[in-house]
Amino acid sequence: MAGNKPNTRPRAPHLQVYKWGPAMAVSILHRASGDGLAIVGACLFLWWLGAIAAGPDAYAAFVACIWHDPSPEISLFHQITNILGKVVLVGLTWAFFQHLFSGLRHFVLDAGAGYELKSNKLWSTLVIAGGVFATAATWLYILAGAL
Amino acid sequence: MGNGTHLGKVRGLGSSGHGSQHWLQQRLTALGNILLVGFFVVSLIRLPLGDHAAVLRWAADPMVALALILMVVSVFWHLRLGLTVLIEDYVHGPMLLLATVLLNFYAIGGAAYGIFTIARIALAPVVAGPGGM
Repeated sequence: MAGNKPNTRPRAPHLQVYKWGPAMAVSILHRASGDGLAIVGACLFLWWLGAIAAGPDAYAAFVACIWHDPSPEISLFHQITNILGKVVLVGLTWAFFQHLFSGLRHFVLDAGAGYELKSNKLWSTLVIAGGVFATAATWLYILAGAL
Repeated sequence: MGNGTHLGKVRGLGSSGHGSQHWLQQRLTALGNILLVGFFVVSLIRLPLGDHAAVLRWAADPMVALALILMVVSVFWHLRLGLTVLIEDYVHGPMLLLATVLLNFYAIGGAAYGIFTIARIALAPVVAGPGGM
């Protein structure tokens, strides 16, 4: 931070020299999913809240933009945002479950448990698998209700 | 690195002395998030989200509005802590100050907008016919 001259000290081995394991993956996924929720998720939530408060027309415009435009001739812009919106919503669902399960894992680690190589690997793998599974289950439930 | 010396403190090096507070607040807001965002996500799945009147009725319920306001506080507090660490890890030099200031604008401004909007929804007079508020 305060170093004004270039650092000539030897550098620690960086990411690419390590063999990837589930614990490393779950660690960076915790950061990625958290940042996704913090920036994309929070902004989308505020946009949604604002649309609810602004009235039925504004809310319909919000839904037409991010989910489905019911008009017979859909503009190119809405064709793109309708697809993008679904991708973002599925992504946010995954980020929510990933961050939730990974956060629960952190509570266990905070208690001093789960550091043994085997259990660390097992629970890291389960967190990643659980995030994908819960996302798939949620959207299957939503789509089953919509059909 | 100037750990503990007076000069180091003046230069802002070494421990800030607030690390455990950050750690604890992150855990406490995480607990709040589990309850409040959990409630929110279950509600989203169960709500007819295309129906503005139904969503408005749900959000205007005093208990729901209270839970949503608490969620905004917990979430924006938690995301401010998390993004602070992200910025500290990846942003260095003069940009660090700018990024930290922008983050605080985002976290405080976003939370204020969220709370104000929920209050608007919950406290809006019921108006018959189109337009609403």
